[in-house]
Order: sequence, then structure tokens, then C-alpha cells
Amino acid sequence: MARLNVNPTRMEMRTLKGRLKTAVRGHKLLKDKSDETIRRFMEYVRLNKKLRRETEEEVAAALKAFVAAGAQSTPAEIAEAVGVPAGRLKLKSGEDNIMSVRVPKIEIEEADSAAIFPYSFASTSVELDASVKKLFAVMIKLIRLAEVEKTCSMLADEIEKTRRRVNALEYVMIPDYEETIKYISMKLDENERANTIRLMKVKQMLNEDGSKEV
Amino acid sequence: MPNDRVAVVGDKNAISAFKALGADVFGIKSSSEAHDTIKKLAREYSVIFVTEDIAESEEELLNRYKARPYPVVIAIPTAAGSNGYGMAQIAKNVEKAIGSSIVLEDD
Repeated sequence: MARLNVNPTRMEMRTLKGRLKTAVRGHKLLKDKSDETIRRFMEYVRLNKKLRRETEEEVAAALKAFVAAGAQSTPAEIAEAVGVPAGRLKLKSGEDNIMSVRVPKIEIEEADSAAIFPYSFASTSVELDASVKKLFAVMIKLIRLAEVEKTCSMLADEIEKTRRRVNALEYVMIPDYEETIKYISMKLDENERANTIRLMKVKQMLNEDGSKEV
Repeated sequence: MPNDRVAVVGDKNAISAFKALGADVFGIKSSSEAHDTIKKLAREYSVIFVTEDIAESEEELLNRYKARPYPVVIAIPTAAGSNGYGMAQIAKNVEKAIGSSIVLEDD
């Protein structure tokens, strides 16, 4: 590890010791944060997997049914049937805070579910009813999936960032500080010894001078 | 800013079913059209469902929206069924976070 380029003085050492303390504390906090975020992340991933498996099957089935229903009527009839929705799908979107990551929080604003068929039944087939009903049922899950999946990918992003910070502190910053502090303290000790020796030498020389003169 | 609405992007024939639910449907014919449409929708809609085939070809664009809470862009299967793209994305997230792809026990 590279030692920092500083003057080997007591004052520098003091500042560095302070910084080292902060770095160690920060490292511990970030490590804790990363652990907890990963725990939460795993929970969400499990949920995400479950939801996705369920919705994928249901959506595919509903769309398949819709295409099949479309084959029984003319495209114009289908377009007419679904063209004007019974109600607009309205969401309540907010933000949630998971380990200080801002994640979306989405809810379906309750529509009157009685009116899920935007058409009268006269000109459309039974299959169309079934597929629309299926799709309506899966929509709630689909919105939930959207929320969970986004949360997952944002948490994954955050975990990656935190891990980089933890590693930077653990393997670069802290060793650097430690080495620099060691270097300064050794340098200071060295100076101290040099000084003592110089004094002893001077005293010896003075003594020798004195003994000659007398 | 999100407008609390849902948009669905994909092949027109299949996804017009979502129209009946009150979502806004945008039929796509070419891939360049998909790019521009998603870009435009991302500025307005809070949730965008994209069919897997389009999500796969526009992955680069969709990755840009990953860091922000909104819009939420989610891949959905087509009428032909899922091709596993959505599941692959989950695995990717796990790999990114944990550092290796682990198999979660199925519940």
C-alpha cells in the first residue's frame, strides 16, 4: 500500500489518527448497512420470483385467450369492444424508503370493479369476456410485481454501490492511513533518537575538551 | 413526473386487451418506433409494461430507468408465452448484488 505524501510531523499524525478513526467507524456502519440491505433484498427477490412466475403464466394465458377471442370476431369488432375503456386505470404512486433507498410504492386506486367490461355483450364472444376478466384479475398482481421488481433492481444497485465503498475503505483508505501513521511515528522516534545521540556526543566532546584543558 | 397512469407497449394485436382495463396501449411495428415510444412514455407514465421481445431489444434504454424510482418499466410475456427474459433479469439483479448467481430455494 502506498503511504500518503505528508510531512512527518506530530500535527499530521494527529489529523491522520482522527481520520483513521472516522474511516474505521464509517467502514463499520457501511458494512452493517450493506448486510441489512442484502437481507431485505433477498426477501424482495424471493417475492419477485414468486410473483413473476405467477403473473407470467397468467398474463400469457390471458393474452392467448384474447388473441383466440380475436380470431372469432373481426378486428374492427374487437377494436370497438375494447376501444373505450370502462374506467381509466388510475394508480396511486408514492415513494417508500428502504435503507434510505427511494423506491416506488404503487397502489391501484380502487375502481368500481363491477364495470370491468367496457362493452355490451351483444356483439362480442364469450371468449373475449373470459380473457378480459382474466387480465383484470392479473392486473393487480402485475402492478405489485412492478413495484417489487423495481425495488429489487434499485436495492441491487445500492448494494453494489455500498460494497464498493466498504471495499475502498477496507482495502485502500484504512491501510493507507495505518501505514502513514506508522511511518510518521517511526520517523519521529528516529528524530528523537538522533537528537539524544547528538546531545550525548556533544557532552562527550565537551568533556574531552575540558579534560585536555585542565 | 409520474402521472399515475399505466402504459403498455408491444405488438398491437395481443396487448390491446389491456385497453379494456383502462391502460394506455401503444402498438409497435418496428424497433426504432419502440425506442422512441418508450423514451417518450418514460417522461409521463409511472408504470410501463413492455412485452419481452421489445424489452430484450431495447435493454440498453431500459437500463437507464433502473436507477430512478419512476418510471417503473417491467417486461411482460407475450401471447406466445414467456421466453424467460423476466426471470433472467431477476437473476441478473441477484448476481449484481451478491456477486454470484445463487439459486433461491423454491417456495
